[in-house]
Amino acid sequence: MDYFANDLTSLHDLLVKKEISATDLTKETLAVINEREQKVDAFLSVDEEGALKQAAEVDKTGIDADNVLSGIPLGIKDNIVTKGLRTTAASKILEKFDPIYDATVIEKLKSAKAITIGKTNMDEFAMGGSTENSAFKLTKNAWDQTKVPGGSSGGSAAAVAAGEVIASLGSDTGGSIRQPASFNGIVGVKPTYGRVSRYGLIAFASSLDQIGPFTRTVKDNALLLNAISGADTRDFTSSKHEVPDFTKGIDSGVKGMRIAVPKEYLGEGVADDIKKAVKNAISVFEKLGAKVDEVSLPHSKYGVPVYYIIASSEASSNLQRFDGIRYGHRAQDVKNLEDVYVKSRSEGFGDEVKRRIMLGTFSLSAGTYDAFFKKAAQVRTLICQDFAHVFGKYDLILGPTTPTTAFGIGEDIKDPVTMYMNDILTIPVNLAGLPGMSLPAGYSKGLPVGLQLIANQFDETTMYRAGYAFEQATEFHKQIPMIGGQN
Amino acid sequence: MAISEDKVAHVAGLAKLAFSKEELQKFTGQMDEIINMVQQLSDIDTTGVKVTTHITDSINTMREDVAVKGTERELLMKNVPEHQDGFIKVPAIIDENEEA
Repeated sequence: MDYFANDLTSLHDLLVKKEISATDLTKETLAVINEREQKVDAFLSVDEEGALKQAAEVDKTGIDADNVLSGIPLGIKDNIVTKGLRTTAASKILEKFDPIYDATVIEKLKSAKAITIGKTNMDEFAMGGSTENSAFKLTKNAWDQTKVPGGSSGGSAAAVAAGEVIASLGSDTGGSIRQPASFNGIVGVKPTYGRVSRYGLIAFASSLDQIGPFTRTVKDNALLLNAISGADTRDFTSSKHEVPDFTKGIDSGVKGMRIAVPKEYLGEGVADDIKKAVKNAISVFEKLGAKVDEVSLPHSKYGVPVYYIIASSEASSNLQRFDGIRYGHRAQDVKNLEDVYVKSRSEGFGDEVKRRIMLGTFSLSAGTYDAFFKKAAQVRTLICQDFAHVFGKYDLILGPTTPTTAFGIGEDIKDPVTMYMNDILTIPVNLAGLPGMSLPAGYSKGLPVGLQLIANQFDETTMYRAGYAFEQATEFHKQIPMIGGQN
Repeated sequence: MAISEDKVAHVAGLAKLAFSKEELQKFTGQMDEIINMVQQLSDIDTTGVKVTTHITDSINTMREDVAVKGTERELLMKNVPEHQDGFIKVPAIIDENEEA
């Protein structure tokens, strides 16, 4: 199946008209994955047997004509638990973990008759921005296999960009959906905090984590978010806000839309080719009838330190559960219970995870709590207030997703300002619980550039409407990486 | 230095992590850099600013108190590293080398 020549709607038509069966679609998808994995290594595991079984079941009961995901194979980030299908969060500590239940999003996809075809690579416990922190393998960028796919959801992004699947799920704690979407030239959305249930998402930082979709088009993204959103009694932070049809009015344009561009998002550390693409995007929106103004988010520059303290503190608490007793790696050659804890954790966690557990434990410990955790939680309030102020006057915020295009595998970023800016554009959105999207807005030296759109809480509809208008007015999303067999 | 090796070793103990001498040195250097970076927050006046520790607008989420079937014990044991007769097995809680 050529996923570059199709979208969810056209695939659904083929399935409904029985021009292709779910089994054939799954077989063709497995064949493409088999071929392209040699170049991108996006998957940690491909569930050939399980996927074909699910597809046979869909063919037996029939494609659901009202359900666009019916019979569609999807990739799932490996920190989302799947019943009976190995889920490792790319960590040695969960190397042999076979969940006994499905995450809520997986239940929803299964009831929509979607097919889970495999689990995608990521930074261990979603900590990182290049997928190089995986304990198991290196995933490559779909556009250039010497570059990182971004992270932490690098496998989910590369799989869609390489045309291995039409869509996938990732998770975003500080940019882990939007940044890899940007690096791979696809559409990635972090929904409003609480829009999607976190039940069955292996927790990193519970006040920031959200599951969201990767797709090649804006409308496909809205369709997938439709399927996974909604309140869940098993996640009390999931919201009871009404879930609209995110595709409704998606084509109604941006005439009169008030768009804010924070001056901090186009400042020092953002590469010229990125600025150029964003400025071009601004002129596209203006031509489409939107009103674009420069604004300020004065506390956004503190987003990185606030994030490091809050996310690490929550992680240090969440990751206490990995103690070698009930599940996960248990160290051998131990003399007592304390040994089980310390050795299992020290052997099972990678360095980046240990660093964050250490920083979090330090930030929460007696004597440092006030100066670190409490201070960061106060500055978080100021960051939220900055956004609230802007959304009092504007419908949407626009800026780059990342300060540079994808960097090289194994390449350390030497310039500290760039390193600092790497996360600064995505992190504030998580701190304030807002929805954010990255979509293709240009290419520089053959690598994709991402445009970030940020909406007010629970206003994904505005974000999708603007993204769709931009996509329809431009050709960036039509470019295909060499791995797709053409360019 | 914003943080000493002793302090890092203390934090490692709280976090139930063990480091070799070389690792401890490396982590102390890295922790020091990170702590220096985050200390810029002390420049901001946050007098009277409330903390944000979550961003949901819900206060209490209630549900009906109804009995539901729990997970089968056998299934719960599926990922337990060591178990026997339906119980999770752990090493002696009291160190074998210690006097009882």
